[in-house]
Amino acid sequence: MKVSELIKALGLEVITESSYSDKEVNGCYIGDLLSRVMGKAQENNAWITIMNNINILAVATLTEISCIILCENVGVDETVLSKANEEGIVILKSPKSAYEIANEMGEILK
Amino acid sequence: MIKRYILSGEDFSIAGEASSSFKAVLKKLGIDAGIIRRVAIAMYEAEINTIVHGGGGECEAEIEGNKITLVFRDQGPGIPNLDLAMQEGYSTATEEIRELGFGAGMGLPNIKKYTDSMNIETEPGKGTTVTLVINL
Repeated sequence: MKVSELIKALGLEVITESSYSDKEVNGCYIGDLLSRVMGKAQENNAWITIMNNINILAVATLTEISCIILCENVGVDETVLSKANEEGIVILKSPKSAYEIANEMGEILK
Repeated sequence: MIKRYILSGEDFSIAGEASSSFKAVLKKLGIDAGIIRRVAIAMYEAEINTIVHGGGGECEAEIEGNKITLVFRDQGPGIPNLDLAMQEGYSTATEEIRELGFGAGMGLPNIKKYTDSMNIETEPGKGTTVTLVINL
């Protein structure tokens, strides 16, 4: 599944630039502790989190995840948005919980 | 080839930039993706430690022959109890640092897991030097 298909299927809001690299999504990792995410998230995972500070961007780059999904309506500030756009990191937003998002993803990826 | 990075202890927002930059170098060199992932994880953790616990320092990353060597030096407070610091989940990070998502107590355990050798020299009040080797 592509990021664009995930956005459509789950009704996610794209908060970074609307033109983005449409990477493959092969699953997800849920976590807010950056070291856990660094060690466990796999390339092309969607990373579901409520962590929204600038440090999530380095983790996203290093793990080569396909996108960050901020759940429970968490947003990011302008500094994070602008750096994410500079680095080509896709940040998506949803009012749903991490469980709901992962559950829906699981259904689609079956 | 040696790359040198200055790790400022005052700005957590740039934590991870040295690791990201060195990862890009390894990619350009066509290094195996699995090795790059191990280097990226270990380097990121050591970079964060140097910034958060060491108050900043420097990193030297060398690719030579059949190995990658990463040396992190800081003049911070040192690690008072290395055995405890090596335990998964043990952390001395402040509440402020934890709120940023750090302080999971996975730093040194992750580094050990993803490198072929790890050597730590630390002295209270004088600083810490961490030397990591990943074989190619």
